[in-house]
Amino acid sequence: MSERKKLSLPVLGEVDRRTAVKAGAATLGLAAWAAAIRPWFEWTAELNADEVLQKHYRELTPEQLQVILNKLTDEARKQSGKPAVVKDHKPIPGVSFAYALNLSICIGCRKCAEACHVENNHDRPSHQSYIRVFEMQKGGIDFEKGNATYDHPVPAKDKYYMPVQCQQCENPPCVKACPIEATWQESDGIVVVDYNWCIGCRYCEAACPYHARRFNWEKPQIPANEINPNQSYLSNRVRPQGVMEKCTFCLHRTREGKLPACLEACPTGARVFGNVLDPDSEIRWVLENKRVFVLKEELGTKPRFYYFFDK
Amino acid sequence: MKSAGVTSYYRFLRHSFGVATDGGWLFYAWMLVLTAIALVGANAWAVQVRDGMIRTNMTDHVSWGLYIANFTFCVGLAAGGVMMVIPAYLYRDHDMHEVVIVGEELAIAAIIMSTLSVVVDLGRPDRFWHLIPGIGKFNWPMSMLTWDIIVLNGYLLINLHVVGYLLYTRFRGAEPNPKWYVPFVLLSIVWAISIHTVTAFLYCGLGGRPFWNTALLAPRFLASAFVSGPAFILLVLRVVRVGTDLPMNPGPARLLVQIIRVAAVVNLLMLVSELFTLFYAGGAHLASARYLFFGDHGKNGLVPWIWSAIALNLVGTGLFFTPAALERGWTRVVACGMVIVGIWIEKGMGLIIPGFIPSTLHEVVEYAPSLTEWKVTAGIWAFGLLLLTAMLKVCVAVFTNQMSANAEPPPDARTA
Repeated sequence: MSERKKLSLPVLGEVDRRTAVKAGAATLGLAAWAAAIRPWFEWTAELNADEVLQKHYRELTPEQLQVILNKLTDEARKQSGKPAVVKDHKPIPGVSFAYALNLSICIGCRKCAEACHVENNHDRPSHQSYIRVFEMQKGGIDFEKGNATYDHPVPAKDKYYMPVQCQQCENPPCVKACPIEATWQESDGIVVVDYNWCIGCRYCEAACPYHARRFNWEKPQIPANEINPNQSYLSNRVRPQGVMEKCTFCLHRTREGKLPACLEACPTGARVFGNVLDPDSEIRWVLENKRVFVLKEELGTKPRFYYFFDK
Repeated sequence: MKSAGVTSYYRFLRHSFGVATDGGWLFYAWMLVLTAIALVGANAWAVQVRDGMIRTNMTDHVSWGLYIANFTFCVGLAAGGVMMVIPAYLYRDHDMHEVVIVGEELAIAAIIMSTLSVVVDLGRPDRFWHLIPGIGKFNWPMSMLTWDIIVLNGYLLINLHVVGYLLYTRFRGAEPNPKWYVPFVLLSIVWAISIHTVTAFLYCGLGGRPFWNTALLAPRFLASAFVSGPAFILLVLRVVRVGTDLPMNPGPARLLVQIIRVAAVVNLLMLVSELFTLFYAGGAHLASARYLFFGDHGKNGLVPWIWSAIALNLVGTGLFFTPAALERGWTRVVACGMVIVGIWIEKGMGLIIPGFIPSTLHEVVEYAPSLTEWKVTAGIWAFGLLLLTAMLKVCVAVFTNQMSANAEPPPDARTA
C-alpha cells in the first residue's frame, strides 16, 4: 500500500491514478481490437445490406426473386464482359432425372471432368470439377486400389475407369445434415444449394459418402472471356466465397431439354441421361435391360446415378 | 421495490467489473498476455474471413480441421464440470458444495470457447442469423447440428443462471433460495451429459464415415470428458488456492482424482475395445485407423500425434493411480497436464481428422493445421481463459466477502 502511494503522481490521488490507468488501458485495448479486426470490415465493405438480409430462395416471392436475378445478371455481365444472363430454372413437372454410366466403354480421358469445369464456371487455379475419375484395378470395385490422380495415357492395361460425381441420392445425407435447409432435393430429384443462404459450415461435405460436394475456399477466379454466360441461380452462376456447391446435373441445361455438359463431352458415349418417368427414354431402357448397380448401396442413400458393365 | 432491485443488480455488475479488472502485477501480466494472444487470433480470423478459408489448410478432402477438433474437446471440458455438480448436489458432499461454482464457471468459459470454434469454422459468418430459430431456417429435428446448437446454448444459459444467481445473492448478503437454483442444477446434470452425447451424434450419425460411425463414440466422449474436465478443474482449483484467500479443503480435489481414476480406466478400456474391433475384423472400417496409427501409402502425418496422445494418457492415468496424486503437489499437476493434452489430441487430431483420411472415395490427402488455424485457436483459448479468470476473480471476491453490497469502500479503491 505504501509502495503504491509513493508511486502515485502528485496531481492525482490514489483512486484517480488507478482509474486513469484503467481508462487508458481500456482505450488502448479497444483501439487494438479495432485494428485487429479491420480486415473483417474491408470484406464487409464489399457486401450490401440486401445481400446480407436476403431471404431463403424458397421463401422469395417471384418479384423479389426477379430483383435478385436482375442484380446477379448485372454482376455477371460486369464480370464476364458478355451479355450474360442469370435465370431461374424450375423443375419440370412429371420429370425425374437419372444418370447411367457404362463402365465397359469409359476410357478415363477425363473429358467429362474438363467439360464440367468449363460449363459450371469453376475456379481455374484449383482445376475444380464436380467429377473425379478413378482409375480402378480390374477384378473388383475397390476404391482403395483406385487412383484419381493418374497421369499417363489411357486406357491402361488391366484398368477400368470410374467417374464419380453427385449421385443425387433419393435419401440424401447432405440434406439431412444441413442445419439451415440451404440444400434440398427438388421434385426432379436434383439436390441443389442456395449459395446465398449457405453459411459454409461444411457439415454436408462431411456427411456425403461420395465426395460429391465442394467448398469455395476462396472467391472463384475465372478469366472474364472464359466465363460461361448462360447461368442459373441454383447451378452454374459464379459462386460467392465461403459457400458449398455441387453437381446439379447441369439443371440450367437439362431443365431446358438439353443434355448435361459431361455427357455431351464424352467421346465414347458411356453416359446416358434422361427422364426415368418417360417409358421411351434411353435411360429407362438401360435401367430395364442392363444389370445396373449403385455405389455404396448398403448406406441406403438410393442414388439416381447408376453404373453398368456392357460385356 | 423493483427499482431497488435494479439498482442493486447494477451495483453487482459494476462491482464485478471492478473486481475482474483489478489485481496485482502477476494478474495484470497474465491478462495482458491473454489479451495479446486473443488479439492475434481475432486478427487471423478477420483475415481468414476476408481472404476465404483458403487461409486454412483444410481441403475438400479434409473439410474439417483444427477448429472442429478444438470444438469437440471444449464441449467435453464443459461437460466435465458436472463431475463437481453431481457429488455436491446428488451426494451432498459439503466440501464440494463450497467450490462447485468453479466447475460451473469453467463450463461457461468452455461453452463459449466451443461456440467460437464453430463460428470461426464458418465460411460465411455474416450469415450467422440463418441459424436463429424463427428468423432463419432451423432444420430441426433433422439436422444434428441444430440439436447441438440447442443443447450448447441451453447449457450456457443454465450455468449462467446458476452462477449469476448464487454470486448475486451472496453479494447481497442473502441466503440463496434453493427453489431458484436447485432445479436448474439438477437439470444441468442431465444437460451436461446431453451436450457431449449430441456432439458425438454429429459424427457417429454419418453413415459415410466408417471411422466415426460407431455406437461407442458417445460413451467414449463422455468417459474422456470426465477425465479432461476434472483434470482442468484440479488445475484451476490449485491456481485459486495458491493465488487467493479463498479457504479450500483438500477433500474436493481428492474426490476429483478418484473420479478421474475411474473415468480414465473406462476411457482406455473403450479405446482398447474400439481398436480390437477395428483391427481384428479389418475391412473398410480399418482404413482410417490404419492411417492414424501406422500411416498408409507412405503417408503418416497423424502417427506422431496419436502415439503422443496414447503415451500421455497412459502415463497420466498411471500417475493418477500413485498415492502422491491424492496429495497436493506436482505429481497431480503433471498428471492433469498430461491427460488434458492427451485427450485434446485424442478427441481432435486423433478423431476428427482421421474421419476424413482416407476420403469417402479412399483418397489419402493429408492435413496439418496452418498458422492461421493455430493463431485463431490460440486466440479462442486466450479469450476463454480471460473470461474464466474474470469470473473466478468475482467468485473469490464474493465468497471471501471482499465484494458485498453492504461493504464499503467500493472495490476500485481496494488493492488486491
